[in-house]
Amino acid sequence: MKSRTIKVDNLARVEGEGALFVKLNGQQVTDVKLRIFEPPRFFEAFLRGRKFHEVPDITARICGICPIAYQMSSCHAIEDACGVKITGPIRDLRRLIYCGEWIESHALHVYLLHAPDFLGYEDSIRMAKDHPEEVKRGLRLKKAGNEIVRLLGGREIHPINVRVGGFYKVPEKKDFSALAEELRWARDAALETVRWVAAFDFPDFDRDYEFVALRHPDEYAINEGRIVSSKGLDIAVREYDLHFAEQHLSHSNALHSRLNEREAYFVGPQARYSLNFEKLSPIAKEAARAAGLGPVCRNPFQSIVVRSVELVYACDEALRLIERYEKPDKPAVNVEPRVSTGFGCTEAPRGICYHRYRLDDRGVILDAKIVPPTSQNLKTIEGDLWQFVESHLAVQKDKLQWQCEQAIRNYDPCISCATHALRLHIESE
Amino acid sequence: MTAEPNALAVIGVGNEYRGDDGVGVVAARRLRALLPECVSVLEESGEGAALMQAWQDAVWVVIIDAAHSGAPPGTVHRLDARLETAPAGFFHYSTHAFSVAEAIEMARALDRLPAQLIVYGIEGESFAAGFGLSPAVEKAVDAVVERVAGEVRAALPQHGR
Repeated sequence: MKSRTIKVDNLARVEGEGALFVKLNGQQVTDVKLRIFEPPRFFEAFLRGRKFHEVPDITARICGICPIAYQMSSCHAIEDACGVKITGPIRDLRRLIYCGEWIESHALHVYLLHAPDFLGYEDSIRMAKDHPEEVKRGLRLKKAGNEIVRLLGGREIHPINVRVGGFYKVPEKKDFSALAEELRWARDAALETVRWVAAFDFPDFDRDYEFVALRHPDEYAINEGRIVSSKGLDIAVREYDLHFAEQHLSHSNALHSRLNEREAYFVGPQARYSLNFEKLSPIAKEAARAAGLGPVCRNPFQSIVVRSVELVYACDEALRLIERYEKPDKPAVNVEPRVSTGFGCTEAPRGICYHRYRLDDRGVILDAKIVPPTSQNLKTIEGDLWQFVESHLAVQKDKLQWQCEQAIRNYDPCISCATHALRLHIESE
Repeated sequence: MTAEPNALAVIGVGNEYRGDDGVGVVAARRLRALLPECVSVLEESGEGAALMQAWQDAVWVVIIDAAHSGAPPGTVHRLDARLETAPAGFFHYSTHAFSVAEAIEMARALDRLPAQLIVYGIEGESFAAGFGLSPAVEKAVDAVVERVAGEVRAALPQHGR
């Protein structure tokens, strides 16, 4: 039987490092493993014994790309434990800072990490030499997102202005005027982005995924909602642990998440989009339609288009929130600790980020659980690779290798959240 | 943010929750206490696009980061980014695919490099999750702080404002 080896040592342009291992026997894939090296649950252990108000600042350090997701999920979980619900302008500001993180993260992934795959460049630096205007547009878009995070978070990286109950300081309405102007440019640039990526070539690929995302009755869910799926799951955030489990597999230090009844599931922009298309703003919906997307998108290679549609939405939504902003009387509501367990789940750029904390009467953390989005997609990424390699064995080795990396980047895996190091190997028996 | 044509910036890169990866941040904090206020001292995670933004208003920039080239822990590397290519994977162990080296090369491709860009890399020993620097790295911080402070002072008459 003919055997072959495909081996790649570095999985580039993924926010982290790790390894993919694919084993072939003739025309059959016999094994796919995403090997992940994770600092085993350092943060969960580290949070035990800390006071509840320290949690947003500590968890923000888990990831340099999506600190807001960790801050928001932890604030919501702790407020849930303490029986506090945030409404009005503070709730809006949280949604706004989250839009900033989506813009930053999506612009980075679309322009600098994923587009080179479609245009045939090894990396964005080589792409920039031929497409400088596009790269500059991507960098300016990302900066617009950074500016939102900087204005509300105090600084772009590891923002320090977010607290349990709200913010330490909130801006005046007039503070938003320069930002709003830049966001109007950004919304146009995001529309241009959708047109740009929609013209890329996408490999034919489709699987019967179970999409999982938050859903909210009044808005495209970011900070709040029920956890729903395309196969009928519809649960409150506090029921998460009853339906989802994390497995420790020998080939990976990152825990692999699965749905108890049905195994692998898919979180992130494509899941949000496919479950909540109707809640997108008119301009985002129109951009999607013009790009040829239906209300559900099952080809993960088109995730770059979906991510760009969310870029339009996040700019549009940020502008809407800025326009209606009125400074609240107080930057935060008072949160008193109590003996309780709280649950929080928000939509990080890459998908749902789940936090659970148990507090004592003084607000000391007794127990913490954090599930980043990437660990939830690992099983689905492995499944994609399995099917993709098997149906593309005729493809030339180098190209197949390239497309495997591209298939992983479809998920924008933020492996620095879930883990520490990643490499790619495709081998045959 | 208004552009200051004569701005000097020192940027510490890293994650202090990952052992020696935090060395750039530790060095930046010490330099903040030493340097005059006209020098911007910034802390960055190492995400490349944010880094390009951090130096965009400066003409004279020093970056301090952890390195993992295989040299003994505490080894200090100095690179003049205008003259040399930054080796990918050399700086910043903590995993970002678009990181310090890529930011420098991207800025070069787009003609956005500052007039002067020096990168100090301090060879790390442990990048596992946790606080604190290894002894050899801790020792190197003092030396780097002194060298950077010296370079800044020498540059001040020309670039300070």
